[in-house]
Amino acid sequence: MESKQSQTVPWKQVQKGILKKQVTAMTEEGNIQASTRIKLLLVDDEEGFVNVIANRMSKRGIDATKALSGTDALKALRGQDFDVAVVDLKMQEMDGIELLRILKKMVPEMPVIMLTGHGSERAEEEGMEYGAFDYLTKPCELDELMQKIREALPRGR
Amino acid sequence: MEDSRYKKLQRVYIVLILLVSFTPLFLLGGIMYYQVAKTYRIKIEEQIRYRAISQTDSIDLFLKERTAILAAIADTVNFDQILDEKNLLKIFEIINLRAGAFVDLGVIDQAGQHRAYVGPYELRGLNYFQQPWFSEVMTKGVYISDVFTGFRASPHFIIAIRRQEDKNCWILRTTIDPDIFGGIVRSAQIGKTGDAFIVNKEGTYQTTPRFYGNILGKTDIDPSKFGGLTTVNEEINSQGEKRLTAGRWLKNKTWLLIISQDVSEEMGGLLQTRNQEIAIILVGSILIILTTVITTRLTVAKLEEADTRMNELNAKLLQSDKLAALGKMAAGVAHEINNPLAVILQKTGWMEDLLEDEALKNSKEIVEYRASLKKIEEHVERARKVVHNMLGYARKMEPRLEDVDINETLRQTISMLENYARLNSIEVKTILSPDIPIIASDQSQLQQVFLNIISNAIDATGRDGLIEVKSAVGETTIDVMIADNGPGIQEEQQKRIFDPFFTTKQTGKGTGLGLWITYNIVEKLGGSISFNSEVGRGTTFTVKIPNAPPTEK
Repeated sequence: MESKQSQTVPWKQVQKGILKKQVTAMTEEGNIQASTRIKLLLVDDEEGFVNVIANRMSKRGIDATKALSGTDALKALRGQDFDVAVVDLKMQEMDGIELLRILKKMVPEMPVIMLTGHGSERAEEEGMEYGAFDYLTKPCELDELMQKIREALPRGR
Repeated sequence: MEDSRYKKLQRVYIVLILLVSFTPLFLLGGIMYYQVAKTYRIKIEEQIRYRAISQTDSIDLFLKERTAILAAIADTVNFDQILDEKNLLKIFEIINLRAGAFVDLGVIDQAGQHRAYVGPYELRGLNYFQQPWFSEVMTKGVYISDVFTGFRASPHFIIAIRRQEDKNCWILRTTIDPDIFGGIVRSAQIGKTGDAFIVNKEGTYQTTPRFYGNILGKTDIDPSKFGGLTTVNEEINSQGEKRLTAGRWLKNKTWLLIISQDVSEEMGGLLQTRNQEIAIILVGSILIILTTVITTRLTVAKLEEADTRMNELNAKLLQSDKLAALGKMAAGVAHEINNPLAVILQKTGWMEDLLEDEALKNSKEIVEYRASLKKIEEHVERARKVVHNMLGYARKMEPRLEDVDINETLRQTISMLENYARLNSIEVKTILSPDIPIIASDQSQLQQVFLNIISNAIDATGRDGLIEVKSAVGETTIDVMIADNGPGIQEEQQKRIFDPFFTTKQTGKGTGLGLWITYNIVEKLGGSISFNSEVGRGTTFTVKIPNAPPTEK
């Protein structure tokens, strides 16, 4: 385990460096303008997590609207459209799968990326079955999430 | 501890079987021996009695003949003729020739004077008036004496007849040869121990016995014990031998014929029978003991083996329950830890983002900050890996879809529990629908489900029960019904049976996780589990498994 770690860390550092440069480049070139900033719906009942992700996203040209529950998320959807949604699978009130099914009915064109806390293959498969774009296991690097978001967006965005 | 329990059981079995086998064997042997001995005893008593009767008859006849001859002579000759010793000798010779056993012949007048005599002794001129027998014959007319020594100083007995001739009367007297008479009596002596002799009312030997005694000696036998008919007694003589003694009075009522036989000689045949019987019982006993010990050992060994196997199976069940529970817990812990880890990771990321700020970039401590954040990230990664490995176990509990034949799974499960059911005298009956399709499900998890429910049913039923396992095709499900005729579930317990750690079994016998795991597995497989229970009548569990077609390959 020790040896694996020491291999993983440098590799991640390298990868992160590249990604950061790309993002910076995008901003400088004005590819992502204020009007064209990506609108993200972020749903997770872990407030600390939602806040920090939103802050970091904002620095990377993504406007994240925070929702602490499925109900919050549905409320937010009434006012505006989103380019992409990130939904935690396990939440107290309405669980991620349920929200995913509703989202897929309301806005089928919006890609949804699932976040899972306990890595249950079954739940992940279920999410995919209901039309999730992909899933990520918590805890994950922000860059991984950014990568998934970029993959999820239609080409040209 | 366990070992001694089986040893004890074995001992109890052996003792019981031996008791049950030996009691009738010995009882039968004893009764048979007693019956045979009784019959045998009656038989030899009859034999000795018969011998006594026939021997008495022939002695009576002998004496009657001698008396009759004497009487005939006395009645046909007169006193003068008989006094002529030539005539007397002639008569003596004729009667000895015709009948025999006469030693001498004499004539005594009414004064007791011996007037004429033929015989080997010199008795002429002797006077018998003082002799006790003289007055006897004078009054009774016919007289047979006891054995006495008399004038000739040798044991003998006489027969005397009185003849009344007008006013004169005289006596014809003869001595019977004691050897010939004794010979007739002795002819009833049989075998090595048989004896035959005559005693008088006083218990004096009238003939010489074969053992321990002499003529005119005293016997141990008490003649008063012998009644009118033939009496058979068992006597123990002075030598301590048990003798069977038959006694019969002669017609004269003064002499008693005794025929005796050593009991052990007569019972010799019975002794042989008894020894044969003992030998048969002994051989039989050895065979019974051997068979009992061997079969009991085999049975107990089989029982022990079955118990061991059952314990192993129980231990496995318990273990798999525990493992499944652990998996559940791992999944829960993973979720609870991963969430804070995610926040920590994002917070460090945010701090790194902030450190990119121009003002902070030039800080002296910037390198130190970054290194610290890296360290935090490294440790988050480390914790994440620990959780990930733990989840690896939880993942094992995830169902894997494969082709499952529900009927076959049920059969396999029941065969695993067959011994356990048999030990508890519980019949497991299967009514499996032949129309059950192959479905996509998880065979080993379904087996765990059926195993839990059926073994619970066996435990609940206790003894002598019936468990029915049915399979049927439902609307969108395959339904498995497991019904027992056990005591049922109390109403207040019904709500709780799927709760973790709820158990009605003794501490250590169940974890209380079996049905909880079962419930979770069925839920995960997309099915449902329900039950119907009536106190005193039994419980039926119904498991519905989605009828999902197998994946195409």
